[in-house]
Amino acid sequence: MAKKKKLKRHVINREWCKGCGICVAVCPKNVLELDSKEKAVAARKKDCIACQLCEQICPDLAIEVMVKYVEESASGDK
Amino acid sequence: MDVKYYLRERFFPHMWCAGCGHGIVLNALVRAVDGLGIKKRDMVMVSGIGCSSRISGYVDFHSLHTLHGRALAFATGVKLSKPSLNVIVPMGDGDALAIGGNHFIHAARRNINITALVMNNRTYGMTGGQFSPLSGVGTKATTAPYSNIDREFDTVELATGAGATFVARTTVYHVKQLQSLLKKAISHNGFSVLEVLSQCPTYFGRKNRKGSAVDMLNSFKDGTVPVGSKKKQDNPELIERGVFVDKILPEYCEAYAELVERATAK
Repeated sequence: MAKKKKLKRHVINREWCKGCGICVAVCPKNVLELDSKEKAVAARKKDCIACQLCEQICPDLAIEVMVKYVEESASGDK
Repeated sequence: MDVKYYLRERFFPHMWCAGCGHGIVLNALVRAVDGLGIKKRDMVMVSGIGCSSRISGYVDFHSLHTLHGRALAFATGVKLSKPSLNVIVPMGDGDALAIGGNHFIHAARRNINITALVMNNRTYGMTGGQFSPLSGVGTKATTAPYSNIDREFDTVELATGAGATFVARTTVYHVKQLQSLLKKAISHNGFSVLEVLSQCPTYFGRKNRKGSAVDMLNSFKDGTVPVGSKKKQDNPELIERGVFVDKILPEYCEAYAELVERATAK
């Protein structure tokens, strides 16, 4: 049975983040935004599809997207 | 994967400016090394001087921070003395092709198994935004306030002409391709050159009104096409990315070992 990648949580290192906004721009689901201190935060976690693009493009290596793999049931349950 | 396993965390946050493309190269590099399953103790990073060269300080591999432009010469020594090590030489555009231009073409000619990573941001960022041999005609720099009249090198053509047996180009926008090309370049048995177009929002971007780091990243998306794309024929301004050369020729360390065997045979 196919395994599906699901979000566990975003770990954003606020010490390392310099607020360049690249993660905000590349996110296909508009999950991230910069807060009042110009640091990235996952504002819309529910929309995250766990593609991990933000993690791979972050120039400050400040984002880690923790994922889990769940069995995709044949009946199409989420 | 745990990126921090490959990093010297005590030096973070790193010294690159917000939005600098070099951090994306570092990010992709540790993922490529992790993907290849190479042990940290089998990796060596040898760098010269410049923003890009600081990358060797951030990775938890064996590292040498050497003279401006001369990193390939040091790397040749490391590789010849211990050919089992994987040697990567991260260089900036000026470090590789201006100050170190001669080392670059001769390392390519010898086909020694080293990976040369040319992080091209088209300026000398560390010293304040002077133009480099990759800035190109019409660009502005602190040393070219009325625009630059020097034509630029094409890194891919130069490396190909000098005899490198693996030549590729990509940008920091295309992170997946960057990771896969890094893996190919590291695995290649011979001199491999990977040019990575990277953004310097602080100097090149500001002097040339290229906008923010995000705008510069998007310009890589719009300004490049895969090798052999039809779009390139319609618009010669576009930059091709992908693998340009991938061939096998006698490798220098192996040829040297053979020579030693031949000379010492009774």
